[in-house]
Amino acid sequence: MTELHLMTVAELSASLRSGGISSVELTRAFLERIERHQRELNAFITVSPDRALADAARADEQLAAGRGGPLTGIPIAHKDIFCSRDEKTTCGSRMLANFVSPYDATVVRRLREAGAVCLGKTNMDEFAMGSSNETSWFGPVRNPWDPARVPGGSSGGSAAAVAARLTPAATGTDTGGSIRQPAALCGLTGLKPTYGRVSRYGMIAFASSLDQAGVLALSAEDAALLLSAMAGFDERDSTSVELPVPDYAAELAQPLKGLKIGVLREFFAGLDASIEQLIRAALDELHAQGAVLKEVSLPHLPLSVPTYYVVAPAECSSNLARFDGVRYGHRCEKPRDLLDLYQRSRSEGFGAEVKRRIMIGTYVLSTGYYDAYYLKAQQVRALIAADFERAFHEVDVVIGPTTPNTAFALGARTQDPVTMYLSDIYTIGANLAGLPAISVPCGFAEELPVGLQIIGPHFAEGRLLNVAHQYQRDSDWHLRVPRGFG
Amino acid sequence: MDWDTVIGLEIHAQLSTRSKIFSGSATTYGAAPNAQANLVDLAYPGVLPVLNAEAVRMAVKFGLAINARVARRSVFARKNYFYPDLPKGYQISQYELPIVSGGAVDIVLEDGEMRRIGITRAHLEEDAGKSLHEGLAKLTAVDLNRAGTPLIEIVSEPHLHSAKEAVAYLKKIHTLVRYLSICDGNMQEGSFRCDANVSVKPRGSEKLGTRAEIKNVNSFRYVERAINYEVARQIELLEGGGKVLQETRLYDPDRGETRSMRSKEEANDYRYFPDPDLLPLEIDQPYIDAVAATLPELPDQKAQRLMSEYSLSPYDAGVLTTSMELADYFEVVVRDLGGQPKLAANAVIGELSGLLNRDGVDISQSRISPGSLAKLLSRVVDNTISGKIAKDVLEAMWDEGREADAIIEARGLRQITDASAIEAAIDKVMAANPTQLADYRAGKEKLFGFFIGQVQKATGGKANPARLNELLKKKLSG
Repeated sequence: MTELHLMTVAELSASLRSGGISSVELTRAFLERIERHQRELNAFITVSPDRALADAARADEQLAAGRGGPLTGIPIAHKDIFCSRDEKTTCGSRMLANFVSPYDATVVRRLREAGAVCLGKTNMDEFAMGSSNETSWFGPVRNPWDPARVPGGSSGGSAAAVAARLTPAATGTDTGGSIRQPAALCGLTGLKPTYGRVSRYGMIAFASSLDQAGVLALSAEDAALLLSAMAGFDERDSTSVELPVPDYAAELAQPLKGLKIGVLREFFAGLDASIEQLIRAALDELHAQGAVLKEVSLPHLPLSVPTYYVVAPAECSSNLARFDGVRYGHRCEKPRDLLDLYQRSRSEGFGAEVKRRIMIGTYVLSTGYYDAYYLKAQQVRALIAADFERAFHEVDVVIGPTTPNTAFALGARTQDPVTMYLSDIYTIGANLAGLPAISVPCGFAEELPVGLQIIGPHFAEGRLLNVAHQYQRDSDWHLRVPRGFG
Repeated sequence: MDWDTVIGLEIHAQLSTRSKIFSGSATTYGAAPNAQANLVDLAYPGVLPVLNAEAVRMAVKFGLAINARVARRSVFARKNYFYPDLPKGYQISQYELPIVSGGAVDIVLEDGEMRRIGITRAHLEEDAGKSLHEGLAKLTAVDLNRAGTPLIEIVSEPHLHSAKEAVAYLKKIHTLVRYLSICDGNMQEGSFRCDANVSVKPRGSEKLGTRAEIKNVNSFRYVERAINYEVARQIELLEGGGKVLQETRLYDPDRGETRSMRSKEEANDYRYFPDPDLLPLEIDQPYIDAVAATLPELPDQKAQRLMSEYSLSPYDAGVLTTSMELADYFEVVVRDLGGQPKLAANAVIGELSGLLNRDGVDISQSRISPGSLAKLLSRVVDNTISGKIAKDVLEAMWDEGREADAIIEARGLRQITDASAIEAAIDKVMAANPTQLADYRAGKEKLFGFFIGQVQKATGGKANPARLNELLKKKLSG
């Protein structure tokens, strides 16, 4: 039998329900692995052994009574952006370093109700602002494939934890690529659902019109199992969509014959040759399975990054105003007056990248600049969305690379925000258009994982998971384990 | 130089929904501090607003009542600024696309002239909390019970030209929101309050002067005083060669003056943008029609009907329709009395309102039911008592809580209509006042009133006035 930590959620689920293993046993195994590798990777901000073991024991009772579902007893980890009741929820920031949430995010509640056991909360870029997990107040996370390199961000802790097999799967959030980019850099399957598919309630907001919760897992099948439990309308989130949630796992087996794949011209311009080669090889594989390839162009897509860096900071400048030192979170020592309280609490509580974005956002919303920046960006955003819509009249999904590079060295881009922002050049488009997108491992360039990105029309998660699953059926890139974590 | 005054009002009316506009917390006034603030109101990390449908219905009702356009699509926007009683660091309001725009109401000026006052827009927004300073040395406490209470902000065109007009308009809106049952109108508790934008310009000039905004005035009297003070201040400033600054001013009722709060330069840049947590609010025609079907008879319609149905004067109809309850009360009195609308209107507007004012209560708390008032008035109609006696009986009814007939009987107030009894009283008075009688008969007819007074004094005011008149005339002329 394969060692427990190398098994997928689907495999573990079968073992739990057949009584081959217990959830307590499984939970203990992963808790031990976390303990062993925490110092090296720094993937977790909080680990909750007592709570996890108690939940696992409860899951075992359910399983014994034959009342277990596909996720009952499965250990998972939550990105520390999701509020979890009576636990620290820090969002990777000094501002919330001691914040204990009085409530559960809808994602947390739904996964708990589905029987999943939460091992702890994973590290992340501060307030999800970053592409390398280096902006975290709790220190950087290291990439299990090469500890001198970043895991990507902002869901870097979740990615590193799953890649190092410290948890079978983890939640993440994706505002401009924060699930897909670390999934690509860590060799994982990372799904960002359609905007509105998963409730944002209890997920600490970065940019409300772009944020979406999703999954980092070993396989598309695992992502399907988690998404089925997480997705669905929530009356507490007015932007969540009132559509039934399909059984994603049931759609996986559909053959790809006749699938029309759009190959994104803009995503290959100037792309690193070794990455391009792997993407082309994956496309060939899909073609061999019966898919039809067709080149498509999204002319406005190259404007994604500047558009995003107006819209996202604008929303964040307002979303983060609530962190004022008055009701919760960091408060400066001995404030002289109200202004001093605000200024020092926020200056001390937020890191440099968060401050940079708050300032950019405040600027682009100011009188006299609103039309030139915010309004213009919204117009370009509409053009980008229209480009995708046109493309989806011709093809079922579009495919390209997830990132322009493999994992870069720690510290390599911290002094140059613009280069850092360009890490998300291929992922931001899906956020601006609200589309579902998935990154799947498609090979290695100089021993570092490379991700293939599949983007679909709104609510086509089932199709994306199906394509990814069919690709993974005939490849094993997604099952490779970093050295030292096998 | 002569000056024209230009005033526009921004009225904030708290909508009387049971829960807040974006959260499920209750909106009851007077709860212990922060007892009605949940995680959404406290702006905890991760929480999201959900729009209260009842607040939307009330705003639509208001829009229909002022003949405005109800937007098929309106958008909530964030107004960003830092303040301790604003937990999110922004207020959710409506900015570019409000739910209601382009309406009007009619007001009647003192000289009876009617004026139409345009309403630019009315939008939905949330109220802020309250900062408390009393009894806290060097500290500020924050009570967020009010945070998130739904408001409609009603913005008038600058169509008002005096403090009196402004108050008439304010009262009209006050009446309207209570007719619509969308706001309790309680100004002391802050459920209904207003900001006044005031400027002056040389008479006849087209160009508007620089305006000052007077914030948060919470009584009709203060609005009038604050505007009058501000107009005088601006004229004095301009005539002295000075300039009016665009600024926000606060009215101090104790000193009867307005004071500068912050200048334009210090004003916040609110950085409005559409709230991405809330979808655009979309409303269709069937919904609007359904709300329209729930509109009550509105004050102007009711006044018209009272005038045509009961032949009331515009003044009487206007006063009776200032509140729906007052008009209802009047109509029950007329119904129970079987007519006599003028008599009923006078009693309600005059004596009864006097008693209400004396005790500081409104018509819904009247100690005399309309049925009881009708019985009293029927005793005037059937000549049991005179109108003058009726006033005393009414006051006794109010104070003692008894019916008119019981008081009339107990105090022996029944009117004397019997000719022989009145004649006997007249004879006595004539006998007691021979000089006056002689003077009268010599042509000093003014003394007729003296005799009336003497007879009524003798009868305790109970002689039927018409009968007394007739008999006295006959007796005096010998």
